[in-house]
Amino acid sequence: MSTPLAHPRLLMAPALVWLAVFLVVPCLLVLANAFFLRGVYGGIEYVLTLENFERAFDPLYAGIFLTSARVAGLATLIALLIGYPAAYAIAMAPARRQPVILFLAVLPFWSNYLIRTYAWIVLLNREGLVTQGLRWAGYTGEPPSLLYTEGAVIVGLVYNYLPFVILAVYSALSRLSPDYREASRDLGASGFTTFRRITLPLTMPGVAAGAVFVFVLSIGNFVTPALLGGGRFQMVGNLIYDQFLTANDWPFGAALSLVLITVMMALLIAQAFATERASGTRTREAAA
Amino acid sequence: MSDASTRLALRAVLAAVFVFLYVPIAVLVALSFNEGGLPTAWSGFSVKWYVSLASNSAILLAAGNTLIVALASTAIATVLGTLLALGIEMRRSRSRGLEALVFAPMIIPDIVLAIALLSFFAALDVTMGLHTIVAAHVVFNLAFVSAVVRARLKSFDWSMVEASADLGASGLTTFRRVTLPAILPSVVAGALIAFTLSVDEFIIAFFTAGAGRSSITLPMQIYSMLRFGITPEINALATLVIAVSVVALTISQRLNRGTIGQ
Repeated sequence: MSTPLAHPRLLMAPALVWLAVFLVVPCLLVLANAFFLRGVYGGIEYVLTLENFERAFDPLYAGIFLTSARVAGLATLIALLIGYPAAYAIAMAPARRQPVILFLAVLPFWSNYLIRTYAWIVLLNREGLVTQGLRWAGYTGEPPSLLYTEGAVIVGLVYNYLPFVILAVYSALSRLSPDYREASRDLGASGFTTFRRITLPLTMPGVAAGAVFVFVLSIGNFVTPALLGGGRFQMVGNLIYDQFLTANDWPFGAALSLVLITVMMALLIAQAFATERASGTRTREAAA
Repeated sequence: MSDASTRLALRAVLAAVFVFLYVPIAVLVALSFNEGGLPTAWSGFSVKWYVSLASNSAILLAAGNTLIVALASTAIATVLGTLLALGIEMRRSRSRGLEALVFAPMIIPDIVLAIALLSFFAALDVTMGLHTIVAAHVVFNLAFVSAVVRARLKSFDWSMVEASADLGASGLTTFRRVTLPAILPSVVAGALIAFTLSVDEFIIAFFTAGAGRSSITLPMQIYSMLRFGITPEINALATLVIAVSVVALTISQRLNRGTIGQ
């Protein structure tokens, strides 16, 4: 192929320039800012320092990182426990209907994030629909405090990111040849053993992909804790937000972002690595 | 457990997941038609909250701004993203760095891109407004457009391009008569996804809009309503926003079967 349309580099150039200017350079700027001092009246004083990172690991802020990790971890676990069987059910449905069911499962994910989160304010409010449901069922006590709790934040995250898990697990399941399961059954394994020894291990890359996405999107989240966690509940995203829009300490905000990005990159790379290894093993098995 | 009961249990889980996913949205839609406007009691069907929405100047301004930002960023991202997809798929060698750069905007946390762009525009002393939101939205939109178009190009027969060139067509004619018709459904699907993403995007817009209320977008308006006083109008607004996303996504899905799901 000579140059039938145009040179590939020429075609890629406009987009790559845009990404360089509005993605790479700004990110490098944040990287650099993290190593400077905060100016007396906000702003940045160009003196090299590691102080921002020392502060980021101060127990106060490390505690917020741990809270974020715990909330994100629980949301991921619950999303997997709900999402895996749901994806399995879709993969078992008649082939003709699968795309429609899958589309409907993912559709809510594409509606506005703020609105999806707001819906849970309506449901979990003091006199919200959950409380009314309890009343209707005969509950007469004080309305339960559901909104503005860590639980509410976790529910919101699970609600928003569940479709990711369903998609990732479904795509792993749909690539899995039914021959494996049949062979296992023919050899006398029970349905559960087949699932535990064959299906689950072979769909682990899908589980890992879904889990990493939910965790990564949850740990850096800022809207859900702000709306469902109330003013005092803080996660890393809210802390970063505050440094830029209230505390006016941009270098510290930049350092916090770097720590967050490092955690996320590590997880994504580990996941990509695990998937590559898993698919490598399978290709070798197939070749043997 | 027998196969039949396993299947039944799985169906029950799936049904429960659909209830979980759709009930919160259904509640908002129902409330938007509730005359009293309160979530606690149904007081009759009414469209009055939609009427009052239509006369709320702050919301109308925000909706107009959102439309401008979404249209502009979608237009730029569709052109850049399609060219990028063509360029990448024409190359014979794969580059990990390039893949990572093109994938990055889809996974970088919104808050990080938001503060990075804020720092960048502030460092250059750029006056922020709708134009800076557009520049920011193009970053993730072009990544999504190129992903959708690339999926389509994987099954594109490049020998048709060579045939066209051999028959004497210029590069531009080949693009217009051969390549573009083949990938057009995916380009439109990608554009619709970009439009939806831009209409819904809040955090990056919030950081790159600059001070003042003139460049506030709809999600920013919704956020401030949620933080500082929820009025029943918000249910009507939510219903309309959901309707727009659902229509755009359904069309996109029809044009480009399966791509959204993968």
